[in-house]
This record gives sequence, C-alpha cells and structure tokens, in this order.
Amino acid sequence: MGKTIAEKVLADHSGTDCHAGDIVIAAVDLCMSQDGTSTMMIRELEDLGFSHPMTRKGMAMVIDHSAPCPSLEVAKVHGLIRSFARMRAIPLFDVGDGVCHQVIPEAGLVAPGDLVVGADSHTCTYGALNACATGLGSTDVAAAAFTGKLWLKVPMTQSIVVEGGFARNVGPKDLALHVTGILGADGSTYRSVEYSGAAIESMGIDGRMTLANMSVEMGAKFCPFEFDETTSVWLRSKGVDVDDGVLSDDDADVESSLDVDVSDLVPKVARPHRVDDVCDASDLAGIRVDQVFIGTCTNGRSSDLRAAASILKGRHVKKGVRLIVAPASRAVLADAIENGVASELVRSGAVIVAPGCGPCVGTHAGIPSDGETVLSTANRNFKGRMGNSNDVSIFLASPETAAASAVKGEITDPREVR
Amino acid sequence: MMKLVGRAHRFSPNDDINTDYIISGRYKFRIDDMNELAKHVMEDIAPDFAANVRPGDIVVAGRNFGCGSSREQAPRALKAAGVSAVLAESYARIFYRSAFNVGLPLVECETGWIRNGEIVSVDLDEGVVSSQERDMRVSAAKVPKAMQLLLEDGGLAPHLKKHAGFARELTEG
Repeated sequence: MGKTIAEKVLADHSGTDCHAGDIVIAAVDLCMSQDGTSTMMIRELEDLGFSHPMTRKGMAMVIDHSAPCPSLEVAKVHGLIRSFARMRAIPLFDVGDGVCHQVIPEAGLVAPGDLVVGADSHTCTYGALNACATGLGSTDVAAAAFTGKLWLKVPMTQSIVVEGGFARNVGPKDLALHVTGILGADGSTYRSVEYSGAAIESMGIDGRMTLANMSVEMGAKFCPFEFDETTSVWLRSKGVDVDDGVLSDDDADVESSLDVDVSDLVPKVARPHRVDDVCDASDLAGIRVDQVFIGTCTNGRSSDLRAAASILKGRHVKKGVRLIVAPASRAVLADAIENGVASELVRSGAVIVAPGCGPCVGTHAGIPSDGETVLSTANRNFKGRMGNSNDVSIFLASPETAAASAVKGEITDPREVR
Repeated sequence: MMKLVGRAHRFSPNDDINTDYIISGRYKFRIDDMNELAKHVMEDIAPDFAANVRPGDIVVAGRNFGCGSSREQAPRALKAAGVSAVLAESYARIFYRSAFNVGLPLVECETGWIRNGEIVSVDLDEGVVSSQERDMRVSAAKVPKAMQLLLEDGGLAPHLKKHAGFARELTEG
C-alpha cells in the first residue's frame, strides 16, 4: 500500500514502515518556541538537565507575541528567554524580526520532508513548504529538544482537492474560511490535511501558508503541501537548495475528501465567536466596524499587504475607523517600504505597528474598547481573543475584505470596490 | 489506577471550549505562577468559576474541548485550580497531549446527562463514569496505553527521567 506525505515523513524519521494509526518515536528536525510558551519549556528543560538541543537542526526561539515589550511582567519573561538563548547559543529572533511562522521559514530553517514541532499551535504553517510541522505544548517541545525525538501517532490523511481559479479580490483566506465552515472546528482533528488540485498548483507559498496555518482551526495535526517548482523557487530564495520533496502516493490510504471549485467562491467572513461560523461577506453588509486589523501568521505577508494596498491606494480609511497593520516580518516590512506599499497604507490612514503578532493575541498594540466591532485577518475570533471580552465582536476575513471594510467603515465585499 | 469523585462544572458554550477560554491571553503572557493564573481560569465564559471551584472538582464539556492555542497554561491552570479531571465527548489534540504531560487526566465519554453541580465519580481503571446522586452510569473510552503510562509516571518530564528517554511501551497503543 502506498503512503501519504505524513506516513512517509514519519516513516523516514522513525526508521519504521508505519501507516496511519501506528505510534512511532520519531527524530525531530527542528523545534521552536515563542515568548508566550518559552518560560514553561525553559523550566522543563532546566529540570531535565538540558545542555543543548538534540534535534537535527537544533531549535529556534522567537519573541513575537508581545513585541516590543508592553509591560514590566513581560519584560521579565523576555529577559529569561534572552539569557537562556544566549547561554545555550540558541538562535533568537527578537523584537522587530517578526512572527515566528514567518521568520523561521524565511531564515531557511524548514526544508521539504522535515519534521518540525513548535510550542505554538500555528506551527502547522510550515506545511506549505512540504514539511510535517505541528504545534504542541511546551513540555512536549522541551522533550523533543532534550531527546531529539518525540512519540507521535501517525495521522490519517484527509484530502481536499481545489480546482478552478479565484475571482478578483477572492483568495486563499476565503478558501480557508470556506473549508473551515464546511468541515467545522473539529473536522480535521488528529488528521493530516493534504490540499491538491489546479488552484493549489497555481497558488504561491504565501497563500499555501494561509491554508496550512488555518488547518489547525479544524483541529489538524499537519497540513503538508506537495513539493513543486513553486516550493523549490521560494526555498532557493531563502538559501535552501533542494531539488525534490515528498509526494503522496496515488494508492495511499486517504480517509475522506472534499472537492471545492474556487471559480464561484465569494469573499467569506467568520462571525463572532467561532472560526467555523462562516458566511458570505455580502451577507454582513452594513455591520459597522470600529477597528480593522491586517497582519498575523495567517495574513501578514507581502502578498497580503499588496492586496490590501491595491484597494486602499487613492482612498482613505473611513473617519472613526482604526486600521492597524502588522507586517509578518522585518523582510515583509522592508519589502513594503521598498515597493511603496507601506506609504500607500499609511497615506490611506493605516498605522503600521511592529512586525510581530500585534493585536491578534490581545497583549498590546490594538486592544479594542468595550462593545466594539473588529474585522481582522487573523485566524481566531474567540471571545476575548484581542484582550477584551466585554461585548467585543471579532469578524475574520481576507486582507481584501479588511481593506474594503476599512474604507467603507462597515463589512464590505471587496468585489464592490472598483 | 485511580478513582476520582468531584462536583461537576458545566459551561456555556458546551462544545469547542478553546484554550483562550480556559486561560485568556490577557493573563497568560504576563503571569507565570500557575496558582495566580488559576484565579482567572475560565474567566471569559464563567467569571465565577475560579472562585467556586473546589479541589477535586471535575470539568464537564461536549465536543472538542481544548481547541485553539497550544498554551500549556490551560491544563496547568485547571490543575492548579484543583480540577481533578475533565470529562468531554472529544478533545483537541494539542490539549489532549499536554494535559497528560502535566498530569491532568482526561476522560472521553458521553456527557450530555451530567448535571451542573452533580457529584460524579470517575473510575479510570474500569473506564466508568457515574453519578453519586442518581442511578446513572456510562462507560468511558479506554485511556490509551501511552497516556496511562504518562499518568502513572507523573507526567512527561518524570517519564523521561525514569526511562532515560521515551519508553518503548509508548508505541504499543
């Protein structure tokens, strides 16, 4: 019987002929943690008597969730992380470098076929690069760093075939929301999701990262995309010279599948407080917004900022609406400055905050006031997510929908913008 | 292995209780003392829970408990608040692993019949959940062998110390 990408990667890393349902002890290539999860990992590692990471490529730490530091308490956490990283010679991406799930791939730390574990649920984003990557708690990541291995159940694979071409101002985020709306918040629990089809083949790495990122909102463990020329070109630009990756076998055992044609897909929005409560943006026309946020590990990349700027250029954010933009990384910000996107955003009324997680997790840089409505390009709209649970409503949408809504001051289908 | 008896706490929503609801990002980034975090556990969906929960109490939920963020503060804060176990119809995978890693048992069973405030008992060995007040009992899914092993060892870190790494038995289902 053939194998899926997840089965091949775990077989390769465990030295077994494993299939879905087996439990393996697999060698881990890379582990990562961020400033919200590192403290517990460091304590566990020190308790275990850690000296250096046993994982093949070591580990990486990122200060991104509260960066720059917003409080004295967080300053203590950051100090602990910096001193741990310095003492153990662990690469640290610090304030201003950006969101972990952008800076780690940009640094060339993820390669096709890698097994990566991270103390952040959106670690599955690296699946865009043909890796099997998953989020775990701090103790599991500490165990991987300490032993170089981790016990993992080989997941069943769920196939999502995406055909057709996107209409103007419709894109990967709309697809991710559409699929999440169909499969639900636990529709992919314990599964490895494999996207394929013409719409995926013609999609860039930014879009694939958006899809892989959102897979955990359906409970997925991995979301590996097949290796192709697009993967290879992107990786080469980051100094990773690879010619091939891992492909799924035609006769692999795939549990269930979903077919989507994106040709007639329309802009989608997830309503408060559930990521899987999805409807058409046009159904929500007229709902006023107080704050719009463009950024995060889902939609803070160059193509996202470009898409937003193309709508905002020559227009202005509605009076009374705050538009906050957090580029996903220093490189994304530099790119936006160099190609004029940053000035288009700022002139239209946006404020650009430091590359990082920004207001997504409610630590700083855009906590909404009581009773406000926010439209965000993030991946989660849980009650209280952005730091205020007092009657705050968070809608999730694409950068295009976010930009159009900021201009009109209410939720707007971006196809209406001419 | 063990039998737990405690008062059941139910929440609204019942399904998809995410780790943001278990412990909000407002607290988890700046407070690293679990006993302090425990004062805010479940705050966004049940503001009175932290004040009312007693040692040994049991959290009861529907599907997909613990979805969302990987924050290990979620199972740790529940445990620090005195919660002895969680009963739910299903769990999100990161939370599932983390709970056993930190020594918080999770039981998968039908939960719709459990009333808020009812005293329930959980027999982890026999896989039986029953009411102490009514003639109600259901069988629970067997705790996987790997998870049993982690619980017996007192969590993942003690497991690694005891076996000088991962025990081979972890792969036996």
